[in-house]
Amino acid sequence: MSDKNWEPKIVAFVCNWCTYTGADLAGTSRLKYPTNVKLIRVMCSGGIDPVFILKAFERGADGILVSGCHPNDCHYNAGNFHARRRWTFFDELLEYLGVEKGRLQFSWVSASEGKKFVDVVSKVVNDVKEMGPFKSYDELNSEFMTKFPDMPEIDKNMIIKEEEAV
Amino acid sequence: MEELKKLAKELLENKTVAAVIGYQQVDDKRTKPIIVTTPEDASKLVFNEYCLNNLAVYLTKARIKNLAKQNGTTLKLGIVAKPCDIHAIVALIQESQLKREDVYIIGMNCHGVVKDYGMDFSGETLATKCTPCDSHKPLYSDSNLGEVKDTPKVSDEVLEKIQAVEKMSHKERFEYFKKEFDKCIKCYACRAACPLCYCQRCITDKTVPRWVESSPHSRGNFSWNVVRAFHLSGRCIGCGECERACPMDIPLSLLNRRMTETAKQAFAYVSGRSLDTPTLVGSYDVKDSDELFM
Ligand code: SF4
Ligand code: SF4
Ligand code: SF4
Repeated sequence: MSDKNWEPKIVAFVCNWCTYTGADLAGTSRLKYPTNVKLIRVMCSGGIDPVFILKAFERGADGILVSGCHPNDCHYNAGNFHARRRWTFFDELLEYLGVEKGRLQFSWVSASEGKKFVDVVSKVVNDVKEMGPFKSYDELNSEFMTKFPDMPEIDKNMIIKEEEAV
Repeated sequence: MEELKKLAKELLENKTVAAVIGYQQVDDKRTKPIIVTTPEDASKLVFNEYCLNNLAVYLTKARIKNLAKQNGTTLKLGIVAKPCDIHAIVALIQESQLKREDVYIIGMNCHGVVKDYGMDFSGETLATKCTPCDSHKPLYSDSNLGEVKDTPKVSDEVLEKIQAVEKMSHKERFEYFKKEFDKCIKCYACRAACPLCYCQRCITDKTVPRWVESSPHSRGNFSWNVVRAFHLSGRCIGCGECERACPMDIPLSLLNRRMTETAKQAFAYVSGRSLDTPTLVGSYDVKDSDELFM
């Protein structure tokens, strides 16, 4: 890790019924957790498409957490069971392609586990801090820039905005 | 292959099938797909080591499905299929894209095919998918034809390459795949050739929002290849058609095969082998491993 002041960007995709509520509880219980993490609430862990993960990496996430209800606790009965199978593949695929294990992590956090939420988030932040910025993926972005030589001055964020405007 | 021609002729004559999807000889060492709709044309059908295509890809195409609809009734579609192609048909049936009674499977005994047209058949030119193949006889078929011969014994090239990749560090792997994916021109030939890529609208074609960028640059290429491999995870039957279709020689089988190994190891599942089980990713088991989750 080069820069001492560097802080990782962490995105957490959390389900509405358990982990998000758990995070809420952490807040109301005034537990402290790292501010690096940006929560994105989805209705169910089974509804988190792996392209969300790719998009987050494309836009500069250094680490990602995916979290839902414990097995058997899914609000929709089986969303997390389906998710578990899919994530097993996605996790192995990304690791095989060269994304270190800790960049993408998974957890089950229930609505009453405010403390666990804090622990999980802290672990992800610490792991990613140790690994440093996700340079490999960022290089994909810079190549995106060089492939379009007509717009060298436009920064990455501009391109992302244009894309969103579609 | 007289028995194949004779069977196809009979099936077409007695209206068991509306068409037979099969192979036609182009020159000594090359065949191409043919869709036979008249008994006279049945004589054009062949089967040999040059029958590379996985014809199951046609079964989900609306144009082909419409062939089966004749005078208010629906006939079957006949298909000449190698054992590995039958795995694709089975997977399509499991995924409700097809009914078993919609197809008449002419299952061919198979001892392997060549890597590419124009080659003499031998161990050296054996397609890489044929080395680990464990089903030289059709699993499901309505008729079973063809000679049984031995498959040349050679080492499992794809598995060796996977093992070599897994020995690399994460950074090296990322570099390696990035370099391979950078060759991608987004022609989607891999998608078109795959019997299991049957979505009417692929996620890469969706533009609001655009999940996978379609212009060929590192970022979009990486996304596309991850998405393709992921969507085939636990479903791919290993016919190798995607890799054969890829004009840029991207080693797609390195991804597919690796995910197939995951399906085997984590879930003891091999795609396209049984009509009596649900698909792996379409079902779940409460006892699946929970190791991945904190
Ligand atoms: S994989 Fe098996 S069934 Fe398919 S062409 Fe090769 S030997 Fe034949
Ligand atoms: S992904 Fe490739 S090897 Fe797998 S079923 Fe599709 S075409 Fe065949
Ligand atoms: S066939 Fe090859 S070049 Fe074409 S889209 Fe697929 S991976 Fe890319």
